[in-house]
Amino acid sequence: MRQFDFMGKRRIAFIVSILFTIVSVAALALLNLNLGLDFTGGTVVELHYATVPSLDDIRTLLANSGFENFQVQTFGATDEILVRLQQTFSNDVGNQVVAALSSGGAQIDLVRAEFVGAQVGDQLRDQSGLGMLVALAGVAVYVAFRFQYKFALCAIISLGHDVLIVLGLFALFQWEFDLTVLAGIMAVIGYSLNDTIIVYDRIRENIRLSRSEDLAQIFNEAINQTLSRTLATSGTTLLVLFALFFLGGDMIHNFAISLILGIVAGTFSSVYVAAALLIVFRLERQDLIPVKKGEIEDDTP
Amino acid sequence: MLNRYPLWKYLLILIICVVGVIYALPNLYPQDPAVQISTTNGSLGSQQLDRVTQALADDHIQVKSTAMTGNNTALIRLNDAEQQLPARDVVDDVLDDNYTVALNLADSTPSWLTSLSAAPMKLGLDLRGGVHFLLEVDMKAAVEQRLEATASAIRADLRDQRIRYRSTDVDDNALHLEFANTEDRDAAREQISQTFNEFQLDNRNEGRRAFLDMTLTEQSIKDIQDYAVQQNLTTIRNRVNELGVSEPLVQRQGPSRIVVELPGVQDTAEAKRIVGATANLEFRLEARPDAADSETETFPFRNNPQRTATLSRDVIITGDRVSSASQGFDQNGRPQVNINLDGTGGSLMNQATRTNIGRNMAVLYIDHSTETRTVTQDGQQVEERIPTTSRSIISLATVQSALSNRFRITGLDSPTEASELALLLRSGSLAAPIYFVQERTIGPSLGAQNIERGIFSVIVGGLLVVAFMLIRYKAFGVIANVALAANLVLLIAAMSLLGATLTLPGIAGIVLTLGMAVDANVLIYERIREELRRKTPAQQAIHAGYGRAFTSIIDANLTTLLVAVVLFSIGTGPIKGFAVTLSLGILTSMFTGIVVSRALVNLSIGGKPVKKLWI
Repeated sequence: MRQFDFMGKRRIAFIVSILFTIVSVAALALLNLNLGLDFTGGTVVELHYATVPSLDDIRTLLANSGFENFQVQTFGATDEILVRLQQTFSNDVGNQVVAALSSGGAQIDLVRAEFVGAQVGDQLRDQSGLGMLVALAGVAVYVAFRFQYKFALCAIISLGHDVLIVLGLFALFQWEFDLTVLAGIMAVIGYSLNDTIIVYDRIRENIRLSRSEDLAQIFNEAINQTLSRTLATSGTTLLVLFALFFLGGDMIHNFAISLILGIVAGTFSSVYVAAALLIVFRLERQDLIPVKKGEIEDDTP
Repeated sequence: MLNRYPLWKYLLILIICVVGVIYALPNLYPQDPAVQISTTNGSLGSQQLDRVTQALADDHIQVKSTAMTGNNTALIRLNDAEQQLPARDVVDDVLDDNYTVALNLADSTPSWLTSLSAAPMKLGLDLRGGVHFLLEVDMKAAVEQRLEATASAIRADLRDQRIRYRSTDVDDNALHLEFANTEDRDAAREQISQTFNEFQLDNRNEGRRAFLDMTLTEQSIKDIQDYAVQQNLTTIRNRVNELGVSEPLVQRQGPSRIVVELPGVQDTAEAKRIVGATANLEFRLEARPDAADSETETFPFRNNPQRTATLSRDVIITGDRVSSASQGFDQNGRPQVNINLDGTGGSLMNQATRTNIGRNMAVLYIDHSTETRTVTQDGQQVEERIPTTSRSIISLATVQSALSNRFRITGLDSPTEASELALLLRSGSLAAPIYFVQERTIGPSLGAQNIERGIFSVIVGGLLVVAFMLIRYKAFGVIANVALAANLVLLIAAMSLLGATLTLPGIAGIVLTLGMAVDANVLIYERIREELRRKTPAQQAIHAGYGRAFTSIIDANLTTLLVAVVLFSIGTGPIKGFAVTLSLGILTSMFTGIVVSRALVNLSIGGKPVKKLWI
């Protein structure tokens, strides 16, 4: 089988990673995420139609009048319509909506227009931040226990790298960040971690089996051995995601984007961040082979 | 060598899969769009139903079936969800005001499945819509409650400082303290101004009596009200979404209102009770016999209103200090609620009980309810709300030793009551009473076209994974796909059992886990291929492939599971829900990827000598 020299190119890869990270941090700091209706809240407008309208027509009319990120639902009866807009509430939002929709010739009464708060509270933001930190700490401890602390550090850095890049690109291109994208980011965390650990597992196994001191060579072998698996798993997952991206419609469009980016970043980082960083951190054979303690739970279960 | 499992392993796997199929099965029976008719004071029978069916037929609305579901309720199932709203309007027109007509989604799960408490997953607000409640927070009560709490704190404070006061009195936005003389009042003012700076303090004298008037500033009233709405929002979120999998919508609307939307139109009465329940607990010591009247209050017992007890006015802690609560049974099989207090609550409880061993402590149950009456005012129908608060003692027991942050409450009537109280304590109490302003059904927030496209893309995605595995791993791909199907069934069964709600992104997430779930099989098969390239005999290659890949799979999945568990215990709402789905997906995919696929391999080719593996 052909062997690729992954580690030889690690300098270029580091530069790419660092560039992407800088761009991401800058985008997050300067542009902020374009948070969706779920996070920002906005205005709710309740309308009464004289005759039963078609919801699709309402959506088209609103979109043509320049409204963005809205939801249109029937409310109680078929001629009562509830519209949620991301637009900040002001006294004339309701009339703007009525004006936009009346252009289709319908008889519409404005029942009420009020501001609505975010669907997710501050509590969620604070707690998920804390949750992420605790989760990362937990992962670090587990990896340090099963492997070694250098592995733990590199795994965490690689995980942060992936999440940061996905978030950064969302900020850079101002794609709407809503709850589905948040779910996507969490799936990226799971995926990226999975990928990294699989590569680490092979590295650990090969270090224990080989007598060579050339770590770059051992890493290359390990990555080449797991390459077909990495491509197969990323491949199947990406297949699903492209189906969702191209066919899925608005609702799961951004969800699919977040995961496609996350999986590309995750696959790249499991090779070039998680593994290559181990060389930077000066991993040594002794780190994995405890002196005079004998082998621990290697190989077959 | 041969690859074989003992018989019991095959049987165990088979049993797990069969159980999975049973609990996933209800999802195959579609829910019928239906119109539910109920009445409290009219008669409901075949006569009314005939009239309704006739009217529906006149309007060209197809009725699937009509049936009485109880003495006073009937269910009309329809064929087409589009006709549900018009059908309701028609039925509403035919029947008079004595009948309540509501939209419903009727399960068509066969009875043998329901008897095993198998139920389908609900469809989310985006796909199917649900019920919409608009709640109003009682702002006046929010301020009053805050004043009561402040009064209690001031009394304790004054006693600590040995400043004598006569009485404390609460009215609109103000707290009035009475003292025997101006010296006491000035000393008290000095003390109070240090800690309670949200008040404007005024001295007032009536004859020899000295008063201190504490009036809330405009800003602090606004802060209190804002806090009350926020707090209620959080509490309701916790109540309607304990596990995080029910995908409700809870948001603030306008300055004093809260919108709650629950997916699926099920039992709205039950939902209303949980959302609007305002029960809370207070822990107080029984008053000493020589205590002054101004410091005591008398309450009846909950299960025996004739019996009363006199308690101290000072509250040790309230239910807000409860960090976790669960329902349980004592050694006599009576229901109880096990309570854990947070740090502050624990030390307050400890302080209060340490110095009062031998005295009685009461658990006071407080329930705010609001009665709505329609009255005619200036020729107009106006809704008037009369808030009532009932306070009763659920238990009164002697403090045997200093209590810590963990104890239990007995004296509850039924296990249902215990579990409801536990839920209310867990989710936190409402900072102010709320009442229902509006109750409607709400349609799906996604357009029909969007839903169709979403579902189509999910099916295509799933099929692509199946095709990929077949092409890449041939015969073993078939096994991987069977394992994948088992994974899907088990995941759906587990989510149905948890009462999860399915949204479009949720469905996409499930298919995505399938994409990732093949990972275990990919790892194993790649290892088998590697072994085969090293000219290892077929059966040995299978054995080594499964064995070698095992550590990788376990390590990778356990780390991800760890993240999911942490996120579940710390996160709220959607984060929690995602963590649940993720953990379930990891567990089922590990089981099917390692155990089920191995069983299939062992069963099909593991028992005979094979020369070549078609992989």
